[in-house]
Amino acid sequence: MTIVNETYDVIIVGGGGAGQRAALETASSGANVALISKVFPTRSHTVSAQGGINAALGNIDKGDSWECHMFDTIRGSDYLGDQDSIEYMCSQASRTVIELEHMGMPFSRNEDGTIYQRAFGGQTLDFGKGGQAHRTCPAADRTGHAMLHTLFQQNVKAKTRFFHEWFAIDLLKSGPQKVSGILAMCLETGELRVFHAKAVVLATGGAGRIYASTTNAYSCTGDGLGMVYRAGFPLQDMEMWQFHPTGVAGVGCLITEGARGEGGILRNSEGERYMERYAPIQKDLACRDVVSRSSALEMKAGRGCGPRGDYMHLDLTHLPQETLQERLPGISDLARTFANVDVSKEPIPVVPTCHYMMGGIPTNKYGQVLTQDKLGKDTFVEGLYAAGECACVSVHGANRLGANSLLEIVVFGRAVGHHINDHIGDIAHEKNAEFDASLEKALGRVGFWRQGGGGESIDEVIQDMKKIMQEDFGVFRDGKNMQEGLAKLDVVRRRLAHASISDKSLAFNTRLVSAFELENMMAVAYTTAMAALARKESRGAHSRVDFPDRDDKNWHKHSLAFEGDRASTRAVNMQPNHVDPFPLQEREH
Amino acid sequence: MSNTGRIIHITVYRFDPDQDSKPYPATYEVDASHCRGVMLLDALEYIKSHLDETLSFRRSCNEGVCGSDGMNINGKNGLACITPLASLPDKVTLRSLPSFPIIRDLIVDMTRFYKQYERADPYLQNTGDAPAKERLQSPEERSKLDGLYECILCACCTSACPSYWWNPDKFMGPAALLWVARFLADSRDNYENERLEALQDAFSLYRCRSVMNCADVCPKGLNPAKAIADVRHRMLDEST
Repeated sequence: MTIVNETYDVIIVGGGGAGQRAALETASSGANVALISKVFPTRSHTVSAQGGINAALGNIDKGDSWECHMFDTIRGSDYLGDQDSIEYMCSQASRTVIELEHMGMPFSRNEDGTIYQRAFGGQTLDFGKGGQAHRTCPAADRTGHAMLHTLFQQNVKAKTRFFHEWFAIDLLKSGPQKVSGILAMCLETGELRVFHAKAVVLATGGAGRIYASTTNAYSCTGDGLGMVYRAGFPLQDMEMWQFHPTGVAGVGCLITEGARGEGGILRNSEGERYMERYAPIQKDLACRDVVSRSSALEMKAGRGCGPRGDYMHLDLTHLPQETLQERLPGISDLARTFANVDVSKEPIPVVPTCHYMMGGIPTNKYGQVLTQDKLGKDTFVEGLYAAGECACVSVHGANRLGANSLLEIVVFGRAVGHHINDHIGDIAHEKNAEFDASLEKALGRVGFWRQGGGGESIDEVIQDMKKIMQEDFGVFRDGKNMQEGLAKLDVVRRRLAHASISDKSLAFNTRLVSAFELENMMAVAYTTAMAALARKESRGAHSRVDFPDRDDKNWHKHSLAFEGDRASTRAVNMQPNHVDPFPLQEREH
Repeated sequence: MSNTGRIIHITVYRFDPDQDSKPYPATYEVDASHCRGVMLLDALEYIKSHLDETLSFRRSCNEGVCGSDGMNINGKNGLACITPLASLPDKVTLRSLPSFPIIRDLIVDMTRFYKQYERADPYLQNTGDAPAKERLQSPEERSKLDGLYECILCACCTSACPSYWWNPDKFMGPAALLWVARFLADSRDNYENERLEALQDAFSLYRCRSVMNCADVCPKGLNPAKAIADVRHRMLDEST
């Protein structure tokens, strides 16, 4: 088969908020840009975000500041977040929200016409001393939808070149630390194409589908992480997975934290507001790791709701009708559709559910992808950038604050574009023997699935992987179970090397896509398991029964995982540029 | 209807361009209690995992906000992921969205649909200088966008519209016109004249015959027909 080659200045992989914002920024400089997405851009998972985007606009709390937002983010991260990146994100937050508003995003409003701001978890005034902050800017409870469509509309206006429903298979390297393009496949026709680029931006989103129970879309399979891993570059902090306290029990779909921000209360089988016991100050709006652990402990203590005691109640029945209609219309619909619950009359059955990957592809605050030399020193991968959930920049550290993810994708999508615009002139297209070798390797992977046969179905492998992750790498972890889990996962990983698909059609072969996605998920799952077993402490979302305390002396550092089961660490950045560093403290709830 | 032990016969009109000259029906027997969830999409996933892995359909969010899995379900367009199996009879027939070219099985070519969307100039336009802060908008002005901005571009409405079936290249269709209405309704947009001017021909807007199929099928409960009527009223106001 002859393969068409196309050449661009910039190739962006992923059509969610980060990819689309990066496309707008790079295209504005006149660069030749193409955005490749496995789904039509408005179907990216950004669309499912509900609650809002954080910025200290001060529309409700006059004294709020981005420095307070920075403090909350660092504290929420359990001090694993990089302070230079967090400083950058929080200092850019207000201009980012204003920019989105000017683009046409339909934010909810206050009586005076300014953007409405609601309470969200882990957000305080006056550096933790001034009580609950109102910092989260919503478009009702459909903020992700409103944002994603707004960004897509701007890309329509800018006439961005989209390759939608193309699947990116692998990075193509022209040197040990240089990326010069990608191999991608058109879903409709099965055509393979080489995209040469001076800069490749990965904005491929999360990977929650490695767990059996998740709020994530089917499309969240860690494709960018798999590509980076196979290219020999590290993944960072993969043990850090956020379990959202309020996924609808048995279904997984998300009920926004905004429901508690608007006054909703979590209750156990005795009707008790149990968060008052676990987090006397922040109560239901404590950080997500804290609330999820509390719910898990309540269920363990026999105070779960329902016949099997395996969920908690989210009570909104006391909220005014106007609040439900104006601020929470989407989740009222979801609860009716998926749980058959009228939220004005009955509580919603909820359970901690895998929601967000804090780890990912390590980058600096410009979105440049980092790797490590033999001496453990940070070095750049030339021509490769990452932004959004697939990246670990790291603004979320060990636990993300609600409504910081929509902020991250826009801020760093823009930052990546900015850096590329400034440096694209220094980068050359490169096609050499190493490039050809990496193309051969990628084509080999395609051939494996297209030509292979007679092996085990990929379904069995997927289900076994999800089950292991769910049982051994969930809200609470302990060394013995994880050791066994890792061994089981290793067996499953080996089975994948002998699996096959029977669908050999070239036309829109969703089975082939699932096979590629499974390979990517397996890289994510395995690095998660390795890193979780290695980190012998409890920090943020990583909670070990056998090491219940935070251990700053040995573990205040990022973990790195490479292909070939090699592990390393990186220092946490404690050097913001414009404010004093925030020193390590115990978290109070 | 309870799903316990319930057997549902799902007939899907199959088509693979590599092998088939036209779509043909294939029927699958699904025990609803074996599915991982309670929605039609869960039954399709079951078929793909256990009965026939070549069955092809789009899906992503699994909660009715991404708009990937629009299809024709027993004669009516809808999203598989928010259609409860309990709401369906024991015999279900699935076809791809009517009037759209079929790529494979339940997957259709949406190129023309997206082109019509682009014709709506679906982005805020404001000739004034942007203020340093947000453009102010009262809650009342903002509420005029409710029922318009929530569109997920699933194409259930446009595919159900007889006027679009006859003139898919000239009539913009309900989804695209809903987006026109969304920007006309936005107090921050001042391109009303240009937007209305672009609809002056006999087809783009005026081919709507108020059949109301769009409102009947919209999985988000939106009413494109009403939005189109509102745009028409604006046209009248403009011309008088």
